[in-house]
Amino acid sequence: MFDVLKLRKMFPIYENHPDLVYLDTGATSLKPQCVLDKMNEYYQEYGVNIHRGVYHLSYLATNAYDEARQKCADFLNASFEEIVFKRNVSEALNFIALTYGEEYLQEGDVVITSELEHHSSILPWMKLCERKKASLRYVKLDSEGRITIDNFKKALDSKVKIVALTYVSNVLGYITPIKEIINLSHKIGAKVIVDAAQAVAHFKVDVKDLDADFLAFSSHKMMGPTGIGVLYGKKEILKKIQPLEYGGDMNDEVCLDSVTIKEIPYCFETGTPAIAEAIGLGRAIDLINELGYDNIKSHCESLKKYALEKLKDIEGITLYNPHCDLPILAFNINNVHPHDAATIFDEANVCLRAGHHCAQLITKWLKVLGTLRATFYIYNDYHDVDRFVESVKECVAFFKQFEGDNYE
Amino acid sequence: MNNIQNLYRQVIMDHYKNPRNKGLKGYPHVHLKNPSCGDDITIEANVVDGVIKEIRHNGSGCSICCSSASVLTEVLQGKTVEEAKEIIEKYFSLMKGEKITDEDVLEEALVYEGVSQFPARIKCATISWKALEKLLNGEQDEQ
Repeated sequence: MFDVLKLRKMFPIYENHPDLVYLDTGATSLKPQCVLDKMNEYYQEYGVNIHRGVYHLSYLATNAYDEARQKCADFLNASFEEIVFKRNVSEALNFIALTYGEEYLQEGDVVITSELEHHSSILPWMKLCERKKASLRYVKLDSEGRITIDNFKKALDSKVKIVALTYVSNVLGYITPIKEIINLSHKIGAKVIVDAAQAVAHFKVDVKDLDADFLAFSSHKMMGPTGIGVLYGKKEILKKIQPLEYGGDMNDEVCLDSVTIKEIPYCFETGTPAIAEAIGLGRAIDLINELGYDNIKSHCESLKKYALEKLKDIEGITLYNPHCDLPILAFNINNVHPHDAATIFDEANVCLRAGHHCAQLITKWLKVLGTLRATFYIYNDYHDVDRFVESVKECVAFFKQFEGDNYE
Repeated sequence: MNNIQNLYRQVIMDHYKNPRNKGLKGYPHVHLKNPSCGDDITIEANVVDGVIKEIRHNGSGCSICCSSASVLTEVLQGKTVEEAKEIIEKYFSLMKGEKITDEDVLEEALVYEGVSQFPARIKCATISWKALEKLLNGEQDEQ
């Protein structure tokens, strides 16, 4: 178990806001000092461009950047050349749709996705299907809102060429049985693209074990900086796709009317990249390794259990995912719009998300206008849960005053 | 009265639960949405000879958003277009927490004074007023 007090000292935002109850890690995590220091180290000690200068500092910068890529590769159990840096998952998934999708999806083909997806795991495929006269097929969710193997099998047939699914729902906190889904998809020759945005902060993601074709995650949801994310692609698939963008750094030889390109992954990264951010992400990965997924998991699991136990006794709320796998709780105060409720939480310095969480389809599936969402991570403790539960009660009581004869 | 009580006044919650002039009649309208929170409001107005004879609203959203559409219809119905534009301007100033003269012309809309303490909610309180402002400036959505 963590020493949370010691752990919180690693996150300087708590010094500036000692009273903060941060329950919005699902949107972005807090950033530890060691990541900020690592980024500063780059800017202060060897803050020059990479892959260009033939001088010592440039060598140092290039080395640090390459080291970060290797850390990402080890993190996912992939190889160096299979890691492409992108800004975030949204950019990575769009990239796959615009390269692999554009090249290989044909008229009449089917892309499978689900109503649990974040918009960035649906919209690139929706627009691609429109262009290709292909169709988008949604896996039916079970009564709790989960993607199940049974329902996936029903959606799968020989027309399916691409399967784009989330590893963990950002609204309901369910883990998708993605390994089996990949196995089934490969049997009919479909490629699987995994959105691992909510997964990497919580458990080991092993692309070899999963046999994923593509997988993407964002640095900022796992204590790394914003502006950088990772696209993993299988070597043999990456080698078959053409770059989306041309320009500096990605080319090999440039002639008057032709260009040859670098090998993977460099051919997919043009222009000066987010160097400090990549190096910062590398440090965040080290931190996760230092903390250990087992510890992260048991800490988050105990917070989740404690919160669920406390919420159970509160009348006047609806919890949409009492059996969530990860500490992502979606709920509403009955008869209160989530944005009205959010203001009460905000007054108590409890930060949580209100609305559709960039996943309008699951909000519609739940038949609500939006939800409140509280997500817990390593820097949260029981006291945070207590403050959160207090605010829930306060919120219920506050809006109760407007009920009654005059207001029904 | 604390900030929260000042934000959620009884009048506001009453307009939220019992909206006035709700339901569209087919007059010229403007539809505005705030995709980040889901507020979705349509305002229509029947303007005859420079006078706003009737304002209707429809849509969904939080209590601040829906109630302010209802309050708007009561405050601005019967006003001339010019008067209404001035009142709308004053309402926007109220949202920013600015001192305003002749605040009485805002009538019941003055209860939204507390919103200025909640910058994240200003959009909710102004979406219907922005829709009417567009409408009075000659913009309108297709039927």
